[in-house]
Amino acid sequence: MIELEGVSKVYPDGTEAVNDIDLNIGEGELCVLLGPSGCGKTTTMKMINRLIPISGGRIYIDGTDNQELNENELRRNIGYAIQEIGLFPHMTVAENIATVPSLKGWGKEKGRERAAELLDLIGMDPEEHMERYPAELSGGQRQRVGVARSLGADPPIMLMDEPFGAIDPITRDRLQDEFLKIQAEIQKTIVFVTHDINEAIKMGTKIALMKDGELVQYSSPAELLSQPKSQFVRDFVGADRTLKSMRLIQAKEAMKPSPISVHRDSDVDHVHERMKEEGVEYLMVTDEEDRFIGWVEIWDLETNEVDSITEALREDVGSVNLETPLSDALSVMLEEDVANIPVLEEDGKLEGILTFNDLQQVIGETYTEKGGGSAIPG
Amino acid sequence: MTGKRIMSFVLIFVMVGLTIYYTFYGAQGWYSPATGQEMLLRTWEHLKLVGIAELLAIGVGISGGLLITRPGLKFLATPVTAIANVGLAIPPLALVAGVSPFFGIGPRPGIIALFIYSLLPVLRNATVGIEDIDRSVIESARGMGMSKFQIFRKIELPLALPVIVAGIRTSTILCVGTAAIAALINAGGLGQIIMRGQSVNFVALMLQGALLTAALAVTLDLLLSETEHALTPRGLQLNKETE
Repeated sequence: MIELEGVSKVYPDGTEAVNDIDLNIGEGELCVLLGPSGCGKTTTMKMINRLIPISGGRIYIDGTDNQELNENELRRNIGYAIQEIGLFPHMTVAENIATVPSLKGWGKEKGRERAAELLDLIGMDPEEHMERYPAELSGGQRQRVGVARSLGADPPIMLMDEPFGAIDPITRDRLQDEFLKIQAEIQKTIVFVTHDINEAIKMGTKIALMKDGELVQYSSPAELLSQPKSQFVRDFVGADRTLKSMRLIQAKEAMKPSPISVHRDSDVDHVHERMKEEGVEYLMVTDEEDRFIGWVEIWDLETNEVDSITEALREDVGSVNLETPLSDALSVMLEEDVANIPVLEEDGKLEGILTFNDLQQVIGETYTEKGGGSAIPG
Repeated sequence: MTGKRIMSFVLIFVMVGLTIYYTFYGAQGWYSPATGQEMLLRTWEHLKLVGIAELLAIGVGISGGLLITRPGLKFLATPVTAIANVGLAIPPLALVAGVSPFFGIGPRPGIIALFIYSLLPVLRNATVGIEDIDRSVIESARGMGMSKFQIFRKIELPLALPVIVAGIRTSTILCVGTAAIAALINAGGLGQIIMRGQSVNFVALMLQGALLTAALAVTLDLLLSETEHALTPRGLQLNKETE
């Protein structure tokens, strides 16, 4: 979809901002350009829509050299969102979002319809916000409108320069999640610039790590973490790259499915026998609809006089969802001081069990298996 | 806003009232004030001086001010605004007096002096109005594929308009005051009455000219600040409210 071939940028004063970069970004890919400030990532991005003229090499968009296209036409077909947002303060939210549609001559009515549609998509009520001015919005809302505006004419490609950079961490996290959901739906080809390794890992399907105008490594987030090509990459991703790679794996990929469990109406002696048979000290308990409700401990059954499982039940214990990243699962384990944790479906149905050993095993595999990340034990 | 408006109306009312009072009841001994007819004539002359000088200043100032914000001429922006700022520090009296050795006396040299003096605020504000626009706004406009002309017409001009009108307002008010001084080189206007009052040492005459000049300045200020408000896009007014 986007191909960079030996792309370079040399400024008139002789500074080499970008040096001979080759990059191939496939359709539907979210490619993060990552690197310390001054590494040339923004320059690289801006050469794609020709906001910065290229000095050497070629950039192909859908097979066409971008130098052959009219630069304004080119830009109207590439969404553009920047950290400072740059909303037009004298135009309403609807007018802002319909900027590119109006440049393309869609007509006022269609532009407004599109604006309403996009406000819906980014989770802002169109009725309430269409006629507002940027000055009346919160920082997070402005950021959202900025993203909506870049989607204005439904461009196949989007360029985003730290679009969530200027907001507080909590809102940023939420906007990232929302955007990932939107992206799963709209499947744009995105070039996303950031200096934040965590954002890169979270957002990217591919990461292009840059340093001093050169491309250092171009790979999937998991590979970047597990197989850093150089000391620079190792340093940049940080000493906690093991923890970071755990963020990429979901509980369902590491858990043991269909774990042993008992029903809460089961006979106490029977459960006791079963635990001895299986050689376990804990057992998970479920209700009529297979929902996890707690644990029983073998000591409770042996030492205390209990008549039913419900009496011995230990409730209020931690659990995780199928989609929970392993890093979060680990922190639940540490918080609850347990080595096993149930994995549940949204409705609470017991789906599997995740043990501390499983975590260790998955991490081990991530390091040996190329491009690992979807390692499923057992 | 409304408080200021009420204040302006009161001032205008009082000053015009006093002027009328002196015109009809200001005679003292053998000193007589300017007649109503002369007052009207001088007011008309005064407005003509200000009007012509100001229109020229607006035309030259806005086009020049906007022109030096364009990419090719941008290098001029800083020196020109610097000169405009320094130029405003020249006392109007010096400027009026300085013009006559070259252009003689009468309304025409008066207009030339007034034009030079009025030009600077208009020019400066036109440039500053454009230069002060948030760079990210222009960048996003470019990034979305607006042509240079579209950016100028749809983004830069509306955003700079309030600042430009503010420049015209400052310039007009300065011009009304300076036009009174232009009577020094016999340019006509209400300054003639003030100067006559001074030469014969008759206060009523001086007040007739001075109060009406002031009333004119306040009236024009009122009109132009209303215009400025009307031309400020709503989104920007909100900005001011929240700040």
